[in-house]
Amino acid sequence: MQKLRVSDIHKSFGKAKVLNGIGLEAAAGDVISIIGSSGSGKSTFLRCINMLERPNAGSIIVNGEALELTPDARDGTLKARSPAQLQRIRAKLAMVFQNFCLWSHMSVLDNVVEAPVSVLKVSRKEALDRAKTYLEKVGLKPETFTRYPSQLSGGQQQRVAIARALAMDPDVMLFDEPTSALDPELVGEVLRVMQALAEEGRTMVVVTHEMGFARHLSSKVMFLHGGRVEEEGAPDDIFGKPESERLRQFLAGRLQV
Amino acid sequence: MLGGYVASILAAGWITLSLALVSLLLAVLIGIAAALAKLSHSRTLRIIAGTYTSLVRGIPDLVMMLLVFYSLPAILNQKAQDLGWNVYIEFSPFVAGAATLGLIFGAYMTETFRGALMNIPKGQLEAAQAYGLTRFRIFWRILLPQMARLALPGFTNNWLVLAKATALVSLLGLPDVMFRAKGAAEATAQPFTFYLLAGGFYLAITAISLFALSLVARRYEVGVKELAR
Repeated sequence: MQKLRVSDIHKSFGKAKVLNGIGLEAAAGDVISIIGSSGSGKSTFLRCINMLERPNAGSIIVNGEALELTPDARDGTLKARSPAQLQRIRAKLAMVFQNFCLWSHMSVLDNVVEAPVSVLKVSRKEALDRAKTYLEKVGLKPETFTRYPSQLSGGQQQRVAIARALAMDPDVMLFDEPTSALDPELVGEVLRVMQALAEEGRTMVVVTHEMGFARHLSSKVMFLHGGRVEEEGAPDDIFGKPESERLRQFLAGRLQV
Repeated sequence: MLGGYVASILAAGWITLSLALVSLLLAVLIGIAAALAKLSHSRTLRIIAGTYTSLVRGIPDLVMMLLVFYSLPAILNQKAQDLGWNVYIEFSPFVAGAATLGLIFGAYMTETFRGALMNIPKGQLEAAQAYGLTRFRIFWRILLPQMARLALPGFTNNWLVLAKATALVSLLGLPDVMFRAKGAAEATAQPFTFYLLAGGFYLAITAISLFALSLVARRYEVGVKELAR
């Protein structure tokens, strides 16, 4: 069953064209890794999927529902025709950010409970129960639940952010370089959680620099360059027999590190 | 006899205090609205809010107060008369004072709140949007609580200046602490005593405020030693 279909996304910042017609399709359980050097447009593409960036052209279909887009007269970007529909669709696309972006004035538990209560209209009691389940699932101990984000390590914060995403029971999870802001020794704990999610059949789109994750846990890898999909395919093909010269260079640069 | 004057000055304290609090409430409401307008996507709203803050902050408080108290009703009455309406508008000193102080300090609060809103990490706003929160909910649950904490130092400062600026309203004839002190000073020819008493009253308000607001600040700091991005 198709969970996400994004087609022909174009995006410019002023005169600079950042995305030149990128799309992707994800069926239930797909884990799609998006790789590429910085400036290739991979984060911008991911942020277009939930409209944190407004694309100039393209279409977005989530779980069969097409997001209605209409041109904004001011700058020619596309905006959602209906704020209510945008909110509904965004609630199905939970995002995990590079810098965690937890709400710093709320406890861990309140961070996880906020969106289910205010967006999905779940009762607070049920949301709390679910929040605890997910927080335990990402490996946080109960004594951390009442703490504030600034009292946690980066790895713990990112796991709270993943629990916050899970609590939405999303159709697709979007990860924007989830381990890039972490100290090296904390990367593993976040990757292990993501591995567990991939193995239990979550649909995930992951912008990442972690080639190990892309190679071993994704069902498909997209290599972006200059705002286009330069090459895409099964991880074994992408990493085993890359066809384009740019991908070969990219991978060679990675492996030497 | 002196005791009677002292009592009348202190009894006027509640007028000064309620004037200050009503003005503050007004200033906070105007400040939040104008801060949001300044940060909004709408160019029209930004221009309106920008004009308001630069105009108001550029005119002396006393000039503005006299304009509102004397000139505004005159203009309104003239207009009403032209339209053939049988109404007569007059502002009480309290209303004119509160409106003017609210308007003036609303402009300072605007800048304080705007600065605070801009210091909330943008990612937290994006996360709220990405999770489908409504605009009102984002403001109420994410922006407002953090704005309150970040704006507290500037807010405290504005409040202290506002509380003292209420003394100007005595010039409109509002029987506040300053008005009574002036009356007593002139009647007894002991200006030092009574102005000192008035000064002590304002000092007491500001000292108590500083203490109370420091407690609030401590409460807000719990768990938020630094901003997590």
